Amino acid sequence: MANKVLMTGNAAIGEAAIRAGCQGYFGYPITPQNELTEYMAANLSRRKGCAFIQAESEIAAINMVYGASLVGVRTMTSSSSPGISLKQEGISYLAACQLPAVIVNMSRGGPGLGSIVAAQSDYFQATRGGGHGDYRTIVLAPASVQELADLTHRAFDLADKYKIPVIILGDGILGQMMEPVEFNHEAPAELPVRDDALRGAKGRPSRFIKTFTSDPAELEEINWSLFRRYELIKRDETACETFLVDDADLIVVAFGIAARIAKGAIKTVRADGLKVGLLRPITLWPFPDEAVKELAKGVKQFLVFEMNMGQMVEDVQLALEGKGEVSFYGRPGGVIPTPSEVARVISRLYYQKGLNK
Amino acid sequence: MKGTIEISCELCKGCELCISFCPKGLISSSDKLNASGYLPAVFNDNGECTGCAICALVCPEVAIEVYRG
Amino acid sequence: MNKVFTRPKSLKRNVFHYCPGCGHSIAHRLICEVIDEMNLQDKAIGIPPPGCSVFAYYYFDVDMVESAHGRGAAVATGIKRAFPEAVVFTYQGDGDLAGIGTAETIHAANRGENITSIFINNAVYGMTGGQMAPTTLVGQTTTTTPYGRDTILEGHPIKMSEILALVEGAAYIERVAVNSPANIRKAKKAIQKAFQVQLDKRGFAMVEILSPCPTNWKMSPLEAWQWVDKEMTKVFPLGVIKDITGGKDAD
Repeated sequence: MANKVLMTGNAAIGEAAIRAGCQGYFGYPITPQNELTEYMAANLSRRKGCAFIQAESEIAAINMVYGASLVGVRTMTSSSSPGISLKQEGISYLAACQLPAVIVNMSRGGPGLGSIVAAQSDYFQATRGGGHGDYRTIVLAPASVQELADLTHRAFDLADKYKIPVIILGDGILGQMMEPVEFNHEAPAELPVRDDALRGAKGRPSRFIKTFTSDPAELEEINWSLFRRYELIKRDETACETFLVDDADLIVVAFGIAARIAKGAIKTVRADGLKVGLLRPITLWPFPDEAVKELAKGVKQFLVFEMNMGQMVEDVQLALEGKGEVSFYGRPGGVIPTPSEVARVISRLYYQKGLNK
Repeated sequence: MKGTIEISCELCKGCELCISFCPKGLISSSDKLNASGYLPAVFNDNGECTGCAICALVCPEVAIEVYRG
Repeated sequence: MNKVFTRPKSLKRNVFHYCPGCGHSIAHRLICEVIDEMNLQDKAIGIPPPGCSVFAYYYFDVDMVESAHGRGAAVATGIKRAFPEAVVFTYQGDGDLAGIGTAETIHAANRGENITSIFINNAVYGMTGGQMAPTTLVGQTTTTTPYGRDTILEGHPIKMSEILALVEGAAYIERVAVNSPANIRKAKKAIQKAFQVQLDKRGFAMVEILSPCPTNWKMSPLEAWQWVDKEMTKVFPLGVIKDITGGKDAD
């Protein structure tokens, strides 16, 4: 029987990871995700067979993740925007080797050292590969502490199923806020180890893992095979939530904490009779193109609201293929817009586009 | 050698290091909070100060000026 | 009477955001006194780190430039090589210089870069809330060593001054502390020398400053100042580690 506990987002990620059978956590302090690193220091390090390391840098940490994943265990790292930038080479290697791993980004304002509060300006970094080369990572965008816990668990499953790094794109607000959360899984009695792991050539020919090749044709085939897998992920794992879209004339598209704010704004304008709905992508990669196209059959006006200078808006435009009009409202830098501010923006757009007629 | 000091009580954060290090024990904590919410150090001038400036040396806030002559 | 102690000219009049009893405040003042006495204000370029001293530019009245975490020595190299007339100093914490920045620091020293590094060692990651630092002592509790630093899991505290002394290009390395009047005076002399070494183009100079952190050590300012002597100097002994300029040679 699951119990509801009040936890911060950061701690909930840690607890969910432990219950998912995470065996290795490798991190580094950076605001606003330190509570996650500290949770793992207090709890993962005490579990038999598990490893917690506060590495010397984020680069070292992602390479420790690479090592742990190679030997077949569930492993993760966490950081925030500038630290995630440092990890990009390591993520490219994980993708190239088809190694599962979970990478948590509790994003903050940027660029540079930026701010220590929530922003959504790492969308491109997360969804366009981020590091060098042609690859993708699954990107999950939780919008509540419960979802942080659920998607953390799902991240480990997806990573193992598709042999791919999975990014959880959170932010400083989600990490710091406290909400009731229920954990639906117990930690496994035996920590899982993958079949294809490299654990010494006992009883079999030795193998080697590499990402380099002197033969471009070989690399081409590797790229094609990665992308065939990405098609499967797109087909089977795309996820989103819709809210009050059935009779809507205007759809707000928002993810993560911005979607929470947008929901509040939509409730306000609905009370004034405006027919507005919300599309909340939960997988940012693969992006819910089909959901957008489906909505565009009945709705022509879309307002993309993000806490950045306009990143997800491009994916919405791509999905629409010209079959709708896209407006954008963004607040970058870590400024947290209020529901009433967003409600004003929605109302103004609604009337400007003549949707009240 | 005679000396005296001036403590800017609004800069003081009540760390009490000057109080601990003054060789003559001429500094104590005020019982009135400053605007920042600290109990600042106050100089109890009884003529014994030599202007050694140890208080100023250890003051992290550069809140003490020292005179000697 | 004459005024015998006052705020150095190159220390801006802003109130420090540092905690009561923090060593940063003392170190900042000492560096500014040296900048004043050696007339460096017009030529100095300082590089603060991410960390509690990220706001150093509100205090040092010299040109300053932020650096990414750990990369100060590389940024300093770029500045000094492109503009050798500048007097370049980095101001780095223990995570910055001895953790993420070890490669940059060792290689700047190896190249004998004519820069001055001020290394503030308070055995903890202060700004982010008290996590373990590379220089955290064995047994010390921090938020990421809640059961005390364990050598098997976390290794030993790292002695950057001794490591850098092995590097050819390092000209002068001294470890000091700012936890008592006598130590503060010695620290100032070391900082002075570290800048002189740069002016004399002798190579890389570093002063490691053991610095109290009352908040994250969970002590009063006086207790923290005493802990530096009681515990830190057992692991990080004070004194000249290396000096090729003709001073005491500790090799």
